[in-house]
Amino acid sequence: MGTDVNQEVEVKSRWQEIDLRAVAPFVALALLLLLGALVNPNFIGLNNLANVATRSAFIALIAVGATFVISSGDLDLSVGSMVAFVASVMILFMNTNVIADPGMMIAAAMALALVMGALCGLANGLITTLGKIEPFIATLGTMGIYRGLTTWLSQGGAITLQSAEQQELYRPAYFGEVAGLPVPILVVLGVTSVAAFVLYRMRYGRHVVAVGSNPSVARYSGIKVDRVRTTAFVIQGVCVAIAVVLYVPRLGSTSATTGILWELQAITAVVIGGTALKGGSSRVWGTICGAFILELVGNIMLLSNFISEYLIGAIQGAIIIIAMLVQRSLVRRS
Amino acid sequence: MRKSLLGFATVAALAFGQAGFAEDKPVTIGVSIPAADHGWTSGVVFHANRVAETLMAQHPGLNIIVKTSPDPASQANALQDLEIQGIDALVILPTDPDPLVNSIKEIKGKGTFVAIVDRAPSVNDESVRDLYVAGNNFALGEVAGNYIKATTPDAQVVVIRGMPIPIDQTRQDGFDKAIAGSGVTVLDRQFGNWNRDDAFKVMQDYLTKFPEIDVVWCQDDDMAVGVLQAIEQAGRTDIQYVVAGAGSKDMIKRVMDGDKMIPVDVLYPPAMVGTALEMTVAGIYGQVPVRGTFTVDATLITKDNAAAYYFPDSPF
Repeated sequence: MGTDVNQEVEVKSRWQEIDLRAVAPFVALALLLLLGALVNPNFIGLNNLANVATRSAFIALIAVGATFVISSGDLDLSVGSMVAFVASVMILFMNTNVIADPGMMIAAAMALALVMGALCGLANGLITTLGKIEPFIATLGTMGIYRGLTTWLSQGGAITLQSAEQQELYRPAYFGEVAGLPVPILVVLGVTSVAAFVLYRMRYGRHVVAVGSNPSVARYSGIKVDRVRTTAFVIQGVCVAIAVVLYVPRLGSTSATTGILWELQAITAVVIGGTALKGGSSRVWGTICGAFILELVGNIMLLSNFISEYLIGAIQGAIIIIAMLVQRSLVRRS
Repeated sequence: MRKSLLGFATVAALAFGQAGFAEDKPVTIGVSIPAADHGWTSGVVFHANRVAETLMAQHPGLNIIVKTSPDPASQANALQDLEIQGIDALVILPTDPDPLVNSIKEIKGKGTFVAIVDRAPSVNDESVRDLYVAGNNFALGEVAGNYIKATTPDAQVVVIRGMPIPIDQTRQDGFDKAIAGSGVTVLDRQFGNWNRDDAFKVMQDYLTKFPEIDVVWCQDDDMAVGVLQAIEQAGRTDIQYVVAGAGSKDMIKRVMDGDKMIPVDVLYPPAMVGTALEMTVAGIYGQVPVRGTFTVDATLITKDNAAAYYFPDSPF
């Protein structure tokens, strides 16, 4: 009897050594993978998982940026519209052919996208901090602006990459593979590594969490709160731009409905990943796990043969809640 | 002297009145359509303006005012604005017909000729409109189904639906009726929300799920863009062709060029707003009967007739 208790204590303390909150999303992911394998034998195939991971890259990249914004206690609703806007401008720029060499043209367009993304993020940040407007309202406003500008640029139709040469050259950025791994997955891993380094190893990362936990205390501690918050929005913008750089080669075109509701998916991915919506904590690896989970749920539904197409939305919602409950119960046990 | 002058004026006025259907008779027509918020509505805006310009050039007295509105509330305001400007006829493609019924009735009540396009209110009779120009959603599905049945009698088809709304259901019903009793089997139906990215995902998953697919019916040209990309990426050669619909310039171009993956397209033309406008003007200037319901066919666009439906300048 006594040894049992001792063992339990020992097990518990070993559990406590790892941060359960950080592990929880991966446990939920493992359960989902198990469920998927039961639903359809094709699910666990490498091709399918690679497809899903590649598809989740857009939301994952955006959500990495959202992790910064949310950890610092803000919210950015404009990211979906920003994807559409930056991608549209990028394609229009590529269609001008101002640079004769298609390779250089694509490189210049990528640079333009990154600058545009950073500027859009800066606009969000300045409106929120200098304008002292609630981020929810500020970014709801810019969400309308970016979406409206996209609709105007496309005149409601589609903006399509015209040069077949550029398309051919640019295609591998989404469809290509390096050492058997699809390029978008490598980009996500790279960006997340950098983000993790910034968040956990650099002063700026600690400031983000401090500002998110308690902005007043952070201010009295000498942290330039507004600068930290604005920078988070700029990082978000750059992450959106990186997603755009991968998005454009996939379909080579945008329309007024591009990226609609992606902001909610990004926020959901962040929260599933273990970052608190109220700010003050950041789990960037959990975030990309969350993005993968979101995409997997849709994939499992589609591959199953027994779920009515009318019920998919309801079951997706239920699975997300169950995944969160699994996480919470794990955290409570610690 | 004054009397004779007056008499002259009367005669002149009478003569003018006699020539009531002359080409320079001043007529104002209001056109109220949804704002260009996606591919199809952008086509509506393009064709409304295109046909309006042609008609105004033909009839010097004719003035056509085109107004776009993003939602029912602002469209109701736009209708009031048009009414104040004194219109003789109204051509309207409602963003959402039922909330706008009263505004339309208000205008109709003043003796204005009203033509409703595409989206009809639940009560769609002479009390609301004089002319109804309708697209044919049932036929859109039926024509696609018939083509697949005739071309590949034993095809295994995957279907990508739009959104769970009545228009989509009507299209599915048409398709099901066409393939009923034939060797064509539907492997699966899922929603792609009339969105390229969603259609790309659904198609990728179909390709994982089914080792052998013959035909894709995705009902909509926008979704076809995502479908084609997913097939190309997977490098699958079992899919013989894709049937889309609506009549976007990109897909019609592919049909014209003889693209094997897009051999046909099924028309659901945004240009039907132009049909309504032409008929309204014909009723006023040509004095021909135009009251009633006119249903635009879901024409099968093939390589032979594609040029007639190709508008390279249209955004859609």
